[in-house]
Amino acid sequence: MVGLGKMGLSHFAMVNAHPRVEAVGCDGAGFMVDVLSRNISVPIHRDYQTMIAKERLDAVVIATPSRLHAPMVTAALEQGLHVFCEKPFCLDWQDSERLTKVATDKGLVAQVGYHYRYVGAFQEMKRIVDSGALGRITHVLAEAYGPVVLRPKRGTWRTQKSEGGGCLYDYAAHPINLLNWFFGTPSRVSGSVLTPIYSEGIDDQVTATLGWDNGPTAQLSVNWSDESHRKMTTRITMIGTNGRLFADRQECQLFLRASDLALPGYQAGWNLRYTTDLTQDVWFYLRGEEYSAQLADFITAVAERRGAAAENDFASAAQTDRTMAMVIANAETGAPVGAPPLVAKPANGPRKRGWFARGA
Amino acid sequence: MATMDRLLFGDNQFFGINHMSEEKARAQAMRFQSTQAIMDVLDVAYDEGIRTFMCTTHDRIAEVADRVRGNPTRYAAFQFYPCMPYAHKYANAVTEHGMVGALRHFMPADGLLATALAGGKALATKEVDSIAKVLIDMEMKMFVGTRTPVIFIQNVFTDLLLGMGFTRALRIFDDHIREKYGAEPAYISMNMPMLLDALEREGIERPIICSNINKIGFRMSGGFDAYLDALRSGRVRAVAMSVYASGAIPADEAIHWISELPGVESIVFGASSAGNIRGTKALVDKYMGVAA
Repeated sequence: MVGLGKMGLSHFAMVNAHPRVEAVGCDGAGFMVDVLSRNISVPIHRDYQTMIAKERLDAVVIATPSRLHAPMVTAALEQGLHVFCEKPFCLDWQDSERLTKVATDKGLVAQVGYHYRYVGAFQEMKRIVDSGALGRITHVLAEAYGPVVLRPKRGTWRTQKSEGGGCLYDYAAHPINLLNWFFGTPSRVSGSVLTPIYSEGIDDQVTATLGWDNGPTAQLSVNWSDESHRKMTTRITMIGTNGRLFADRQECQLFLRASDLALPGYQAGWNLRYTTDLTQDVWFYLRGEEYSAQLADFITAVAERRGAAAENDFASAAQTDRTMAMVIANAETGAPVGAPPLVAKPANGPRKRGWFARGA
Repeated sequence: MATMDRLLFGDNQFFGINHMSEEKARAQAMRFQSTQAIMDVLDVAYDEGIRTFMCTTHDRIAEVADRVRGNPTRYAAFQFYPCMPYAHKYANAVTEHGMVGALRHFMPADGLLATALAGGKALATKEVDSIAKVLIDMEMKMFVGTRTPVIFIQNVFTDLLLGMGFTRALRIFDDHIREKYGAEPAYISMNMPMLLDALEREGIERPIICSNINKIGFRMSGGFDAYLDALRSGRVRAVAMSVYASGAIPADEAIHWISELPGVESIVFGASSAGNIRGTKALVDKYMGVAA
């Protein structure tokens, strides 16, 4: 376990409690390392290079400031270690793609911590999108809001652009990653605006328009200076020719104009599914099943020598890094990044209508 | 040893926490933004004979404590089971100020410990213990002059410390709650069987642990059977939460099932309507004997 900050401590507790794991910790210095090293039996190293050279490790979980991800993951892969890296993966998407190739060539399990892909409601959304039951999806709204930066303040690494701070990397990465999961890397990004509200030099608010070939247009709307939310809230809304689909961490709501054989159990009209019903119990619960479940998948893939991650592999996280780079480039120059999306002719509508039919 | 009431009133509904729907959570947050709205619901529960309010050390609870202190006749038997700390307060502070900054943020500014933290040098074990105690005392400030016979540590903190193997911190909590407050230390956890073993290794016998206990095994990490074994062993004084499993189990069936389990001393539930409060109270009276 590398990096014992906010995410790192949480990951550490979960992996350390896992019956198939024997954990070793690592952090540069500081109060927490000091306290932990005197109070727990797990050895805590101060130096990453020494740790990966000396300990007989199978895998590393990296939860350091984002700028350190690329060099640390590189070193781990060179040692032949499986890697779970906190999001965002690399600040330079070319590093992400290079490391994806290294991990694949070596047959190592390489995963990134986009935990929303482990939330039952978003998994259901993915299943519905893939079933095609929504018809042609044309319209998407991807949002995230929360109370992180509420006043001007002294900086931590999260408020330094060069360290991987800012609302885009910290917050917007999540809805973007979900869009990548559903639709892939966008072919074009336009209208991006990265706005500081309280911060200096970094964004507290992100808006952008993403388009896919023969796919939807998505509006991205993200703000981490919104105190009306108790904690981070992420939600995706989609409109297709056969209905409307909404999901957040708690629930998945689907309105279908007509039921679809590809989606048994869902009827015309409104359908509701709750994350609590869609979720399997975990071996150790700390702050939501999704955090435990993603680590369980990683640990299982490593222990059973599967050679690849079940979900959130490096390639998928590289798509998100690539998309964020497009947003940044677009925001800096004002010029759209990527080619205008190809638009397929409206295919057969959900049903034929007579001249005087009103709606469906 | 303090005897706990059969039925405890929880506070999730007052703070926009709803495991099923963010829309419902927001509607609740709107409804309960005035302390009077919270008091109105607490009054219904209190008048039904539910006299224990198991609540987070959220800033808003300070206002409830003020009301209770301010009317000792009306609330003669009212008691709090504080659950500390309010986790988001700490999590947001860590994001905003960093780890040490957040700790300093919650310490008395003029204290020696804040100065020690500011120095940035390694702290002695004794100083770490002192910091933990000061943080507990800060959380308890709002309850001065009220009855707090049982004091919980919140599940995110319990389980974080449990997962890391830093269970000595739980021992510090346990000792401090007994010594300074003369109260019964208690633990909320999502991993009850694992926690019970760990507390016993720290020399804490028959702890009060509040965890999910419900007929369908919803969020009973470590496994349904391990929970039942722990309850039958007599090693734990259990408080059951999520007995309805977020509405998945009909109320009558849920309470009936719980009432036949050994080791469950109390049920904690949250509700915002008089009907639901009375309904649960009636079921607990029916199956578990008249609730104190």
